[in-house]
Amino acid sequence: MVISDHRLYSISSHSKYIFPCDQAEKKEKLKLYSYWKSSCSHRVRIALTLKGIEYEYVPVNPLKRDEFLKINPMGAVPALVDGDVVVSDSLAIIMYLDEKYPEPPLLPRDLHKRAVNYQAASIVFSGIQPYQNTPVARYIEEKTNAEEKTAWVSNAITKGFTALEKLLVSCTGKYATGDEVYLADLFLAPQIHAAINRFQINMEPYPTLAKCYESYNDLPAFQNAVPEKQPDAPASTS
Amino acid sequence: MVLTHKYILMDDQANSGEEKKGKMKLYSYWRSSCAHRVRIALSLKGLEYEYIPVNLLKGEQSDPDFKKINPMGTVPALIDGDVVISDSLAIIMYLDEKYPEPPLLPPDLHKRAVNFQAASIVLSGIQPHQNLGVIKFIEEKINSEEKTAWVTNAITKGFTALEKLLLSCAGKHATGDEVYLADLFLAPQIYGAINRFQINMEPYPTLAKCYESYKDLPAFQNAAPEKQPDAPASTS
Repeated sequence: MVISDHRLYSISSHSKYIFPCDQAEKKEKLKLYSYWKSSCSHRVRIALTLKGIEYEYVPVNPLKRDEFLKINPMGAVPALVDGDVVVSDSLAIIMYLDEKYPEPPLLPRDLHKRAVNYQAASIVFSGIQPYQNTPVARYIEEKTNAEEKTAWVSNAITKGFTALEKLLVSCTGKYATGDEVYLADLFLAPQIHAAINRFQINMEPYPTLAKCYESYNDLPAFQNAVPEKQPDAPASTS
Repeated sequence: MVLTHKYILMDDQANSGEEKKGKMKLYSYWRSSCAHRVRIALSLKGLEYEYIPVNLLKGEQSDPDFKKINPMGTVPALIDGDVVISDSLAIIMYLDEKYPEPPLLPPDLHKRAVNFQAASIVLSGIQPHQNLGVIKFIEEKINSEEKTAWVTNAITKGFTALEKLLLSCAGKHATGDEVYLADLFLAPQIYGAINRFQINMEPYPTLAKCYESYKDLPAFQNAAPEKQPDAPASTS
């Protein structure tokens, strides 16, 4: 393996991947640029807390986006800053965290169960969330009307939840894919939270998903990550 | 259960190489960009597979027979012995973990993150807004011009983000001089943008250069839609 970068690299005993020495030595806290209501940010907050990683919560102020764009040219929330490294996109951040801080692991060892976790995450982040996010929903409402927008979002959630219910019914345990929390749970929890609280979706047709969601009530990592508990949540939501 | 591999393979998966010799099956549609990604991965890794066409335009993904095999009713779907996986990211990660050579992710953590980011921009930022079901809805509920504007807007936003993301780490390919995960998502997306949606690539020189680089690679060329068994004769 040729490393042409001028930085020194270390291969840590606790991570099988390589990362620059300045990251290995600095004790700086990670920074998470987050928005309280963003389900994508919500996923990352769960991951950080599950792994016991301290971080500085930096709320992204829509009025001061220019400053944020200097840090993260992608302009997307969430964004993680770890020393010189800036990672945006919840899947990329979560995989980065899982690879740099392997305990507890966010993917099981069984290949098929790993695939189920990726599938579940994908149904949420490519099959549901792109259709319910604010700019998209607003566009649909402007071009059609409020009823069509509601139908659009409900349809995306219904299709996605139906697919998830089929996917998970035969491998679920205490949580989505067994008795440990894995990647699928980090994507399910915020999606179901939004479905119930923002879009008034009835969970009765999805007993497997509803049971998973109940199970997260007992886990501090999930409870501490909910939108209404974030520093930038409006006082009226607490 | 075999523990020589870093992941756990159940006995029938571990022994399938020696005993079964059954080929993997890929349920695919020639023009599906999601299937296109998986075809590249299979070719890159030199994996033989049986190509089983599912005509999305005719709604064959909803056939009860297909749903018995793949309850998710989506394409692509990979059958590997008893294991059925749908969703292109899940299939590609499964293939990369079961058949590690050549690796589809670099060892450097930051570059791995860039690869996941690039894949995600395509998976969640662009493709959901250009798939058949969605564009049909927009066309029916609004009109044809809005449908075109909708897709063009999604591709423009996504390509602008990808251009920013990859500008400082592209090499011969998207994230260096080797083919990685990002390339498997970029190639079909750019193909679709140019051929289906007539997107001009001039504002995206990094992406255009990557796309050019794939022309020399058989794994990419063999995976192209027009070369698939179910491509209409007029496309070859």
